[in-house]
Amino acid sequence: MKLKQLSVFLENKPGRLRELCALLAENGVNIITLSLADTEQFGILRLIVKDYDKAKALLEEKGFVAKLSDVIAVEVKDEPGGLSEILKIEEASGISVEYMYAFTIKSGENAVLLFCFDEMDKAVTALQSAGLNVLESVELYQRAEG
Amino acid sequence: MKKFVVENRIWDKEESLPRAELAALQGAKLKETVARVQNVPLYKEAFSKSGIAPEKINSLDDLKRLPFTTKADLRGHYPLGMLAVDRSEVARYHASSGTTGKPTMVAYTQNDLKTWANLCARFLTGGGLLPEHSVQIAFGYGLFTGGFGLHYGVERVGASVIPAAAGNTPKQIMLMMDMQVDALVCTPSYALSISEFILQSDISRSALNLKHAHFGGEPWTEDMRVRIEDEMGILCFNNYGLSEVIGPGVSGECAVRDGMHISEDAFIVECINPETLEPVAPGEEGELVFTSLCKEAMPIIRYRTRDIASLNLEPCACGRTTARMSRVTGRSDDMLIIKGVNVYPSQVEQALLRVEGTAPHYLIEVDRPDRKDVATVKVEMTEKSFSSSMKELQELKDKIDRAIQGITGLRMNVELVSPNSLERFIGKAQRVVDRRRG
Ligand SMILES: [Zn+2]
Repeated sequence: MKLKQLSVFLENKPGRLRELCALLAENGVNIITLSLADTEQFGILRLIVKDYDKAKALLEEKGFVAKLSDVIAVEVKDEPGGLSEILKIEEASGISVEYMYAFTIKSGENAVLLFCFDEMDKAVTALQSAGLNVLESVELYQRAEG
Repeated sequence: MKKFVVENRIWDKEESLPRAELAALQGAKLKETVARVQNVPLYKEAFSKSGIAPEKINSLDDLKRLPFTTKADLRGHYPLGMLAVDRSEVARYHASSGTTGKPTMVAYTQNDLKTWANLCARFLTGGGLLPEHSVQIAFGYGLFTGGFGLHYGVERVGASVIPAAAGNTPKQIMLMMDMQVDALVCTPSYALSISEFILQSDISRSALNLKHAHFGGEPWTEDMRVRIEDEMGILCFNNYGLSEVIGPGVSGECAVRDGMHISEDAFIVECINPETLEPVAPGEEGELVFTSLCKEAMPIIRYRTRDIASLNLEPCACGRTTARMSRVTGRSDDMLIIKGVNVYPSQVEQALLRVEGTAPHYLIEVDRPDRKDVATVKVEMTEKSFSSSMKELQELKDKIDRAIQGITGLRMNVELVSPNSLERFIGKAQRVVDRRRG
């Protein structure tokens, strides 16, 4: 029920992000979505790609620090209230959000919210028992490419 | 495994003299030393300038009237300009490893060699060596003072020497097992290689009879001690010396292992601020300065070692009354003054070692934008220290910040940078960019 996310350390220097995206594109790695969290001095780029092992190897070869970690993808209707419903469920279970970001799947009107929680397994159980659609990675990749 | 315990033994009565008696002894020996060097050109000139003569040296207090001797002075008198005896009286030569250019030659008379062996016997005894032990010496034998110094020290204790010399790790381990060696003498970094090899080759610890080790020849850390002791199941003792002063035998740890006892009947130690040359308070870090009181061939007056350490004058639980020096934490050549505080790059390195997952690659940048010093430490990100969570990276920065502040007493900006983005060096690394000057 968990999804692999590739995080990359980026120093805030002009051109680094462009360089990284070009590298993945040249090697046929399709970025399903990305999110950049940054400070004045550095940033963390979080990527969802299907070939995460290949992407990680490519980036490391070019001197980037990259790390794989788990996130949870939840599909919600792209309308107000979707996020707050999830936050309410997690709050009730005593789980907190480390970070989150969102994207829209091309083929539908639904949004996908990506979460990192402090207690991932507990979070999945809580979301599923509340009847939410926690996406499998295969399904996410298919629909994103859909 | 039966844990080896070091019994508290003292080799010479000079190691536990009442401090006043020691000071009187030092004063008398200082007078003799000044007499011995008065015809050495470097000292002859300095003494005549400031009106120093042996008869004017009456106590230890007169030490501060004597000039300092630097490495450059010794270089300037290469090879034997510092010799205080006729060459025919010299029994042996050694040299310090010069990283650049020519080495510094040092010389010993027969008496000097006896003194030296005895000084080594002191710290070996302090670290548990007994006459019935066999000791493997895995130091280089040659111009380097480590091999021969320890060799004769071990013999002086009455123990037996296996002069394995450095290198050929499988053979070292074979000897250690077959000869059931009790103690190992080498550099701490070589001990790490030996330990690694033992672990990799699946040699059972019970095949070895090793109980303790005496490390010297390079600075090392408490973390290394813990690691080697855990891996090898032995006790490791630190000792210190430098060829310009005598070689190993200047100081070494006792069973208490809380600082290295300096053989003060043989050397006067001072700890000074390398900028002002004024003494620092006990417990404060400064540059160590040694004056030999026991040497004939090449006595040395107030030699500036450039080694940074602190002194502890409190009596030790082992019964020795001699001053103890801390580990060497840096070199005075590298000292920076930031906001009026003395900082050594090695302290930043030490701080980084305390933060798990950080790389030993760093750069300190110092600027003075508004007449105030600002120091920034750039630390490379590693796969281990990187996290997808901003909160965790901020925590990492805070941890580094606190570790640096804890060791240096200074607040520095911490910047996380990409791996391999800082320049790599072969040999001595350039860790500081100081933009405050010009
Ligand atoms: Zn002691």
